[in-house]
Amino acid sequence: MLLSVKNLKKSFITEEGTLQVLRGVDLELAAGERLALTGESGCGKSTLLYLIGALESFDAGEIWMDGVPLGPLNDRQRADLRRTSVGIVFQQFNLIPSMTVAHNLRFHARLAGREDADWINQLSQRLGLTKFLKAYPEQLSGGQQQRVAIGRTLAARPKLILADEPTGNLDEKTSDQVITLMLQLVEETGAGLLVVTHSSRLAERMDRSLLLTSGLVS
Amino acid sequence: MTLPIALRVLWSHWTYRPLQFFTLLVGLSLATGLWTGVQAINTEARSSYDQARAALLPQARQVLQRRDGQPIAVATYVALQQSGWRTSPVLEGKISIASTTINVTGVDLVSMPRSMNRWTSGENSFDLAGFLTDPYSVIVSADIAEQAATLPGVAKVIVGKNVPSATIMTDIGLAERLLNKSGQISRLIVAPQQPVLQTELQVAAPQLERINNQSAADIDRLTDSFHLNLSAFGMLAFAVGLFIVQGTINLAFEQRRTMCRTLRVLGVSLRSLALALLVELLLIAVIAGAAGVVLGYFIAALLLPDVAATLRGLYGAQVTGDLSFRAGWWVTGLAIAIAGTLLASFWSLQKLLRMPILAAAQPRAWALMTRRSTFYRMLASGGLLVIAVALLLWGSGLVVAFSIVAICLLAAALILPDAIAFLLGAFERFAIMPVSQWFWADTRQQLPGLSLALMALLLALAANIGVSTMVGSFRLTFAGWLDQRLAAELYVRAANEAQSIKLRDWLEGRADAVLPVWNVESSIEGEAGRIYGFSDHATYRNFWPMLEMLPDGWDDVASGRAVLINEQLARRHGVSPGDVIRLAENQDLPVAGIYSDYGNPRPQAMINVDLLTGWFPNVVKTRFAIRVDAARSQVLADEIRQKFGLKGRNLVDQASIKQRSLEIFERTFTVTQALNILTLTVAGFAIFTSLLTQSTMRLPQLAPIWALGLTRRQLAGLEFLRALLLAALTMIFALPLGLGLAWLLLSVVNVEAFGWRLPMFLFVSDWILLACYGLVATALAAAIPARRFSNTDPAELVKVFAHER
Repeated sequence: MLLSVKNLKKSFITEEGTLQVLRGVDLELAAGERLALTGESGCGKSTLLYLIGALESFDAGEIWMDGVPLGPLNDRQRADLRRTSVGIVFQQFNLIPSMTVAHNLRFHARLAGREDADWINQLSQRLGLTKFLKAYPEQLSGGQQQRVAIGRTLAARPKLILADEPTGNLDEKTSDQVITLMLQLVEETGAGLLVVTHSSRLAERMDRSLLLTSGLVS
Repeated sequence: MTLPIALRVLWSHWTYRPLQFFTLLVGLSLATGLWTGVQAINTEARSSYDQARAALLPQARQVLQRRDGQPIAVATYVALQQSGWRTSPVLEGKISIASTTINVTGVDLVSMPRSMNRWTSGENSFDLAGFLTDPYSVIVSADIAEQAATLPGVAKVIVGKNVPSATIMTDIGLAERLLNKSGQISRLIVAPQQPVLQTELQVAAPQLERINNQSAADIDRLTDSFHLNLSAFGMLAFAVGLFIVQGTINLAFEQRRTMCRTLRVLGVSLRSLALALLVELLLIAVIAGAAGVVLGYFIAALLLPDVAATLRGLYGAQVTGDLSFRAGWWVTGLAIAIAGTLLASFWSLQKLLRMPILAAAQPRAWALMTRRSTFYRMLASGGLLVIAVALLLWGSGLVVAFSIVAICLLAAALILPDAIAFLLGAFERFAIMPVSQWFWADTRQQLPGLSLALMALLLALAANIGVSTMVGSFRLTFAGWLDQRLAAELYVRAANEAQSIKLRDWLEGRADAVLPVWNVESSIEGEAGRIYGFSDHATYRNFWPMLEMLPDGWDDVASGRAVLINEQLARRHGVSPGDVIRLAENQDLPVAGIYSDYGNPRPQAMINVDLLTGWFPNVVKTRFAIRVDAARSQVLADEIRQKFGLKGRNLVDQASIKQRSLEIFERTFTVTQALNILTLTVAGFAIFTSLLTQSTMRLPQLAPIWALGLTRRQLAGLEFLRALLLAALTMIFALPLGLGLAWLLLSVVNVEAFGWRLPMFLFVSDWILLACYGLVATALAAAIPARRFSNTDPAELVKVFAHER
């Protein structure tokens, strides 16, 4: 199993007291599988995604990524995991504004030590980015920026791709185009895909879908 | 009605970001404080000069004195009065009471022109009879009132408002007694209005000459240079402080663009918004300005004693060293704070007010990085350099000299961000590793936010290099000059001419040479100066600090056919070797050479000693320089002391004079160096505040890199390294700029201020030390934001993706 989450719990301290966001989440994801995680705003979807992406630490439970438990990892080991095994596509793209599209596309792959020029060329062509390689992110539209973000993630060939509302900032047409491309490319890389989304259209295109309510997966 | 609401909303920014508010207040307070401090020093010193001017002598633009510098006899004074000359006698000297040296000025109030008697004008119930009759009433400065009361013959001590410090103004009768100079007159003041019919001076008193009293003007000129120097530093520190202010205000305005847009959408008029912003700025300026004035007072109180000592020691200008808090400082301090705030916020304010109501906020960095703004900066910088070159070629005067310095600094500061961006771009092209590529690109993107702080650092570093190079070069030149000028082992002043003759006879066979150091006050090219007589000796030919010399110049001077003059006289009158100058009213001699004469503002000339005694038969012949084997000089000095009873200043060895001269030299630059360090501190603070405020905006840029697999510690390390790198690059640019500044100070400002040009020496170890200080300061400034980022909770970083803060 590529990803295994068992009885995961996470709470936050707020001014009103402790807020229990995840109350014992269990889920599994196989390599090459595509999973949608849906739920209402504030239900903890993104939190779960960030915990799986080793961005945050959890209170209790277990997360196993490709046979490695995340719980005992220190800061450096978590960074190593993010660099080499996980790719994250954010709603707001989070490209590096100071670098050109070409550099952004290669950046994660080079960090992971897996730069493959042919693959990156192929990605930029299929994502329709060849015209913009010398442009800076700010000069691109939202859809173009999201395609760069997807390209950046795929270029590193991670085992697991986490996408947080990847079409949340895009119109329906652009959203469909971007998702179609992403699903094709993910399939080709054989990576597992976990998408957090509000969109039922997007969720329907996944292999399966889970609903997160009251801090539990149903 | 909308104004208070808009103001409250705008002000909420500062309560939400107290650190930014604190930064702004500290920046503005520092800028105002340094400016006010320097102005307070200048005001206090000038007030002391005014007191001195209000006294008697510097008022007198024309005086009569003996050609040989000896006291004038009372008979001569009487003869002049009978010949129709309206003059007033003055007797001056110093006395010591309980280790305090007091200047005694004796005057004859009856004959003194009223216009010069300002120091009694403040006394409503001035008792003229008491002043003129024994026991006397005397008018003194407050600092010596107690000592003056103990003097014999003094019945009443009146503290005069306009009396210079450490001075007693008294009737000439009492002055004679106090100074033990009975029947002597130091000089005669010539009344501005003279009778139409009067006998020629040459006939009435041939031993006297009329001198335009230039010393007051000289002091004015020198102290003006000193104060201009201080003002320039105050202005530099103020400018450096304003960089902090502008940086913070710019940032605050950018952060509040959305807020302003919302306010306008909700119905606040542009006028109300502008007014609210102005009111807010004024409030900040007043708070910071008030703090700055208080800070300025403490800075002034800290520096004034050194300034006073410098002015006393070097220029003879009396400054009390006490500081009184003046109401006017509040006005000027607050005015400069308000002006500085408005200046620093002008562009931001204008940009914000021009913003269309529905305009989206553009990322600031990118907007500032546009090629157009680079082009305009380059254009402005180029234009400023052209102006500087034009001023250098065709301008003159001290203000122009300082303007050139200011323009060059501003031009360099303007192109600094683009120059650094160019270098960073080059580094980026050569970077291979992805992190290094990101590092260079990201550093380039951070530049606009840090550029003002870097400009401030550039100015402070360049000023530091420039001033320390100038002071170091001056010190080396001065020390070398002292070695040349003070080549003799001992300097003697005999009690009188009889003792002088005995001493010279006694030294026959005991010393290698006895060289006269005889001089008279006389006119040189129409100015009051001093003419020295010297005998031809290898000491002069080998050691005298000549700047220019005709081939047979020494022979010509030795035979009385030529004269040597000092550099300041040559520069002031445009005299070169070979030109003829007029000495002692009617003697013309060609100039054989020009020598350096640091520390002396007045014209000076050297002629053969026989020529001097021929022109001035009554010249005082009591001073000598003695050449003797250095190993024997101390023994000989002891023998002279025993045999002739000469001590103190009457017998001084070379080392003592050099030590004293170097002490005065060092003290002269104490204040400059203190201001230098303060300016550097302000620049360090500018870096710190910029990094700190930027760090709050850095999370959105750093979080994605963290998410892609770099640790917080690695990123914090890179942030730290980035600050050091930018500081190091700024230092690289500061070095040539500082050396250019040093050249301007040595070759342009010094010539205008003092009349001498100095060679430039390079002090590499000083630069290394400064670079170390700069890097340590930057490291300290960068450590806090870096550490803060390193300790940022991952939950905070994740918020960047969740909320896109």
